[in-house]
Amino acid sequence: MTTVSMSVNGKTVSGEVEGRTLLVQFLREDLGLTGTHVGCDTSQCGACVVHVNGESVKACTMFAAAADGSEVTTIEGMANDDGSLGILQQAFQDNHGLQCGFCTPGMIMSAADLLKSNPTPSETEIRGWLEGNLCRCTGYHNIVKSIQAAAATMQGQSQAAE
Amino acid sequence: MPKDTGIGASSKRREDIRFLTGKGQYTDDINRPGQTYAYILRSDIAHGVINGIDTGAASAMPGVIRVFTSADMEGLGGVPCGWQVTDKNGDPMKEPMHPILAAGKVRHVGDPIAVVVGETLDQARDAAEKIELDITELPAVMDMASAIQGGAAVHDDVPDNLCFDWEFVAENKDAVDAAIAGAHHVTTLELTNNRLVANPMEPRAAIGEFEPGTGDYTLYTTSQNPHVIRLLMGAFVLSIPEHKLRVVAPDVGGGFGSKIYHYAEEAFVTWAAAQIKRPIKWVADRSEDFISAAQGRDHVTKVELAMDAYGNFLALRCSTLANMGAYLSTFAPCVPTWLHGTLLAGNYKTPVIFTNVKAVFTNTVPVDAYRGAGRPEATYQLERTIDKAAREMGIDPIELRRRNFIQPDQYPYATPVAVEYDTGNYDATMSKAAEMADVAGFQGRKAASAANGKLRGLGIASYIEACGIAPSSLVGALGARAGLFECATVRVNPTGNISVFTGSHSHGQGHETTFAQVVADMVGCPEENVDIVHGDTSKIAFGMGTYGSRSLAVGGAAIVKSMEKIIAKASKIAAHLMEASADDVVFKDGQFSVQGTDKSVAWGDVCLTAYVPHNFPHDQLEPGLEETSFYDPANFTYPAGAYICEVEVDPDTGVVDVQSFVAADDFGNVVNPMIVEGQVHGGLAQGLGQAMMEHAVYDENGQIASGSFMDYAMPRAADFPMFEVDHSCNTPCTHNPLGVKGCGEAGAIGSPPALVNAVVDALAERGVTHIDMPLTPARVWSALNG
Amino acid sequence: MYNFDYVKPGSVDEAVAVLSDDEAMPISGGQTLIPTLKARLAMPTQLVDLSGAVPKGIRMDRGGAVFIGGATTHATVAASSDAGAVAGLAGLAAHIGDPQVRNKGTIGGSLANNDPAACYPSAALALGAEIVTNNRTIQADDYFQGMFDTALEEGEIITEIVFPSVHGDSGRGDQTRGRLVSGHYEKFVQPASRFALTGVYVARFSNAVRVAVTGASEGGVFRWTDAEEALTANFSADAVPAAPSADDMIGDIHGTPAYRAHLVQVMTKRAVIACG
Repeated sequence: MTTVSMSVNGKTVSGEVEGRTLLVQFLREDLGLTGTHVGCDTSQCGACVVHVNGESVKACTMFAAAADGSEVTTIEGMANDDGSLGILQQAFQDNHGLQCGFCTPGMIMSAADLLKSNPTPSETEIRGWLEGNLCRCTGYHNIVKSIQAAAATMQGQSQAAE
Repeated sequence: MPKDTGIGASSKRREDIRFLTGKGQYTDDINRPGQTYAYILRSDIAHGVINGIDTGAASAMPGVIRVFTSADMEGLGGVPCGWQVTDKNGDPMKEPMHPILAAGKVRHVGDPIAVVVGETLDQARDAAEKIELDITELPAVMDMASAIQGGAAVHDDVPDNLCFDWEFVAENKDAVDAAIAGAHHVTTLELTNNRLVANPMEPRAAIGEFEPGTGDYTLYTTSQNPHVIRLLMGAFVLSIPEHKLRVVAPDVGGGFGSKIYHYAEEAFVTWAAAQIKRPIKWVADRSEDFISAAQGRDHVTKVELAMDAYGNFLALRCSTLANMGAYLSTFAPCVPTWLHGTLLAGNYKTPVIFTNVKAVFTNTVPVDAYRGAGRPEATYQLERTIDKAAREMGIDPIELRRRNFIQPDQYPYATPVAVEYDTGNYDATMSKAAEMADVAGFQGRKAASAANGKLRGLGIASYIEACGIAPSSLVGALGARAGLFECATVRVNPTGNISVFTGSHSHGQGHETTFAQVVADMVGCPEENVDIVHGDTSKIAFGMGTYGSRSLAVGGAAIVKSMEKIIAKASKIAAHLMEASADDVVFKDGQFSVQGTDKSVAWGDVCLTAYVPHNFPHDQLEPGLEETSFYDPANFTYPAGAYICEVEVDPDTGVVDVQSFVAADDFGNVVNPMIVEGQVHGGLAQGLGQAMMEHAVYDENGQIASGSFMDYAMPRAADFPMFEVDHSCNTPCTHNPLGVKGCGEAGAIGSPPALVNAVVDALAERGVTHIDMPLTPARVWSALNG
Repeated sequence: MYNFDYVKPGSVDEAVAVLSDDEAMPISGGQTLIPTLKARLAMPTQLVDLSGAVPKGIRMDRGGAVFIGGATTHATVAASSDAGAVAGLAGLAAHIGDPQVRNKGTIGGSLANNDPAACYPSAALALGAEIVTNNRTIQADDYFQGMFDTALEEGEIITEIVFPSVHGDSGRGDQTRGRLVSGHYEKFVQPASRFALTGVYVARFSNAVRVAVTGASEGGVFRWTDAEEALTANFSADAVPAAPSADDMIGDIHGTPAYRAHLVQVMTKRAVIACG
């Protein structure tokens, strides 16, 4: 067992992990952050996507020990400070971008990474970016619309700020 | 003007808040005090005799609490089947024992052999590697056609591997044969409906718990219907009476049929928790679900359609081999029979129809209902064959369908396959779809594609389905071992807010929002004053669950019935308060008033009176305001529609690019258009996934070649364009109080033939007449290159 | 997964020392290895994370050669202007796996694993890259030795890969080919895994054309020499020869050997057209 410590959603946490402990296990089992899901064992589905040092990664394909000293953000860290839904979360509700909700945390985390690097993605770019996120409920239609809507809202806010 | 609340409004989903913030509670998110972990050792061969299982070394491994095999489970029942089909000779289907853990033989890759329960999952898995198996491998029974000729048998007591040989409608057989023999033209098509894996994004999971102090059992499970699991598992497997068994289906990450069934793992964790006196958690990883969760479809069918010179359909004859897999899953026998044969009239006036279905055991994972269940298979046969017929007859495929559509003035319409359609307008949805798809402009687009070296095709499909499953007396006569009503309790609390307890579990469908809209509409209150509770047998009186697009048509109707009782009682209380006759009281927008006067009393005051009954008609009524209803539908509902798919095929690679997809559906009345459209989108993606890429492939030894997401192609966002959906051509259902028909499965039913028809249309100029699904690039390229 | 000790050495020497234990395994981005470990298909006692030992980052020398650290992620390559000068390479990196895989997976890990359907081996082979290890420099033509097999020896770690760029690579590699003019990787994706069902990298140099194929052959990445000769003589899609023999091609549920052989030709033509 080794001790790891990292910042998760802005809070410093630490714990004892085995070498084989995956980041997703540490988040779910040690920290109780069960919003990050496990939907496959071959790194395809993306239900476990979180941000490590600002980049989206699959928490099922990274060891907890490898995240030692990192800044991690999960779905639990995506709401506004007052607890209201963040822009992406709100856009998913407004546009019915989720049904069973299981893929949703990964979708949100992946989309957030996209909008950070590409604030005005085309429909084709959004669909292409979601290559690592599977959804079985929505046919992706409303997920794409949700991300488009979030991008528009963010653009509006940044223009208003200028 | 769209409404902003109640029935007809696209109310935002309340359940989204917890899912969007990571606060959902799926089964794997639940941990019980003292919890242990189960690892299941599964067969890695498809067929074999178990000579011995030595668990000694495994039992001695660190952290192991106990190792279980079938020898420990004597006296327990097998996993039951919930539907009995009677074969053409009047004999019951063959129903071999399905033990919780393999006994005597293993019958498919993934068949559970032993379970290690340990302090941690890793310890349990480490120990499972120490179990010594002595198994003699047998030839795998894989090909259905040869399986029924004898040879190796999956079950020794079913030597020909034939579960049943079913004919429908037997009395029509001669008439169909005669019509085909004398027809102007007969179109024949042999096709395969490819085996699929449902793959909801949440894999299956179960936690069993036993309270020694009270003898109470609790099962948390990924189920679409907790009460059905309680009934099947309690009564038939473990002999636990209902009052000592609680089944909780918390948030469930999609089901699509695969979480209807009672699975061996549920029975195991529940039973074993009492053996070790500690909770046991089991969570499938995805690879495990690929070899243990019920799969879908897998029919091989020959279709013959007889026509006169004008293209009028004279008769339809089908014969199908339906794969059951190694054991009968809960509803497996009804899928290729009553959910399939009864839909073979489609949207058409075909006067006589006959089908023969042989259900076959093979050494594969059990097959059961998957989104659509039998209706996609029927629709695919029909719509592919009609498309081929149109080409052979030189008739436009839309026109050929129109010539045979049942007409609006013919309802109620009794088909020759035992169902009666209540309403519909197939011309209207076809016209709407053709307009949305700009069918008129297709030739121009085809020419443009040709100029780029691409082949463009247009695919048409109509569909009809039987939903709102189903009248209990009817399904009972057809072999169902349960009723198919739904139950709802409406509890009006003292201050007027409302808790609704429904048997319709929600795992993505948005019941918590839609049902609240219905109730709020009836009361005239804000939707947030209504809470919907589902998924726990200790809270809900009873329930038959969510499948067959039945939740609103049956479960919603039960809520309406309870609400009607509530309003009737509340009206009497209001009458008492207003010193009027209950007959004169009307209820509207949250106010009870006496007709022709200015007397009124508010909903909230009446509710409070029901619980603070100081001034109350005690001589007529009991205090309180809570009602339960069991709604049993009078008929199925019949959603129908027209789908048009346009594709561009790259002949160099065989890649199919979906350029547009149009769906014009008739779902009857719509409560939440946003949710209905979302259901269609999802169904389309699953249907197009089946048509384009999904395939559970087994090799000749019974090994699954597509046993993970590395090889089983799941549809991704880039595989589709934006879908165009419409539900404006609606003919309300005539026999349920909401006039709704159901929308959950339509997309998966109508889209496979639309896609395949489009690709065949694109390739027709190159001589291609049919390609079996999935239309992968490799298959399309092979079809083009002989 | 079997348990192991996770170690993260700070230098290549330290990593090599740990890896001298037979039952230690190196891990770079882990995007292939971790799923393998989950399936219990490997049983290391120590897992040696190379991310703190092997260089990451991209630089170009004065001669135009581009040096990519072995621990550089696909996402970094995809976004790098220096890597962009290695015609076709950034585009290849941008379509490996998915965004999350690209944020973790590394070029060194991909080349060391040499999966027969991985993308990077085709780039290294077509471009005539140099694989630099802690011990030596290996020419790409000598490096790939069949499916999952490379010239790497025990204790040898890829530290850097050197590619030619359109600005030249004077003094390195086989200079008879001349300067890199253009290049493109055309990938036909396996729809489930997102690996290459067949991928073709065409690298056009001023004196020669090199064509490397991944995903198709039972023997792993290979140079399609018939196409190289034809394209060296006449760099146009029409000059691409008939599909190679299907004899050694992979056949599976996603495509027959004949289909893969055909795709080799089609992807080559498309890569040539994209080279301009």
